[in-house]
Amino acid sequence: MIIFYILIVFVIIAALIAVETKNLLSAVICVGAIGFGGSLLFLLLRAPDIAITQIVVEVLGLIILIRATIARDMTFISDDIEFFKVIFTMVIIMIIGIAGIMVFETLPDFGIPAFTQADDAASHTYISDGLKETGAGNIVASVILGFRGYDTLGEATVLFTAITGATVILRRKGKKKLNEPDS
Amino acid sequence: MKKEKQNSDTQQTSLPVPSSQGMTIVVKTVSSWLKVLIFLFGIYIILSGDLGPGGGFAGGVILALSYVLLMLAFGREFAEKNLPRTLAARLYYCGALTFAIIAILGIPFGGAFLSNFLIGKFGEPLTILGGGTLPLSNIAIAFNVGASLYLVILSLSVCCKGKECKFE
Repeated sequence: MIIFYILIVFVIIAALIAVETKNLLSAVICVGAIGFGGSLLFLLLRAPDIAITQIVVEVLGLIILIRATIARDMTFISDDIEFFKVIFTMVIIMIIGIAGIMVFETLPDFGIPAFTQADDAASHTYISDGLKETGAGNIVASVILGFRGYDTLGEATVLFTAITGATVILRRKGKKKLNEPDS
Repeated sequence: MKKEKQNSDTQQTSLPVPSSQGMTIVVKTVSSWLKVLIFLFGIYIILSGDLGPGGGFAGGVILALSYVLLMLAFGREFAEKNLPRTLAARLYYCGALTFAIIAILGIPFGGAFLSNFLIGKFGEPLTILGGGTLPLSNIAIAFNVGASLYLVILSLSVCCKGKECKFE
């Protein structure tokens, strides 16, 4: 399990570099390192479904970032940061950090599924009746398409709406200039 | 002045961007074979989604990635000739509509919204057709996700600002 913690440290270091670096290409490569490290983490936690989805979406995201962003959108932050802004940010981060530590102390230990300890927990039903009621051998598929099918339908609706909006905004035909009259 | 200097600095460090004619002959040959394998792997991931790891979302993204590889290697016009924008849009509407219809058909046949009314009709459970509506839902989600992501990449590689665009 030591490799798990090494991967976590690697992902955190990559995230810090991605935020701090000035070069846009380095930042994109660090984002890719975060994604692939996260995929390996999911694989070590025995969640191959999530690992496959993570690595595939990461590849697509990297392609979009490199091909469609870097070549034409040179965004740089050149302003000097004011002193008051630094103090303000530090205070907010400290408040969030203290609240996070207080929440973490109430959590169960890492790796112990607390929600399956109860006698009438829903996961018992998922494990025992999943194959009989939904017909899926993979218990993840039986949850996301059977017991929690509403979630998947909502996710498909969200994606449908988002892509429709994106393709309408980014279209090439049918656009007119600002002072052009309506035809 | 400062901004211009930064722009000229970044021009030297930016990537060599492939033109719309595509890349070299080596990349074209390799990617024309790899595209088929990636497409087959996507179909495998979709169809085995209710038996093993995978599913409609990941398989759909892999299908989109095979066309993205084609677009990067051969240029945008070639990919748009293979899978036109209107056909991709139709596939994407049809995927979403099919999933909704499968969900609604559960009410008259199965008694509840999204119920699996086809379970065991085409074969035993734990075979590829025994999952009832689950493989059909996976295929519908894959069409929805794959075609929509392909459309997004196509739109992002078309959209540009001013006359400095190299992709047109």
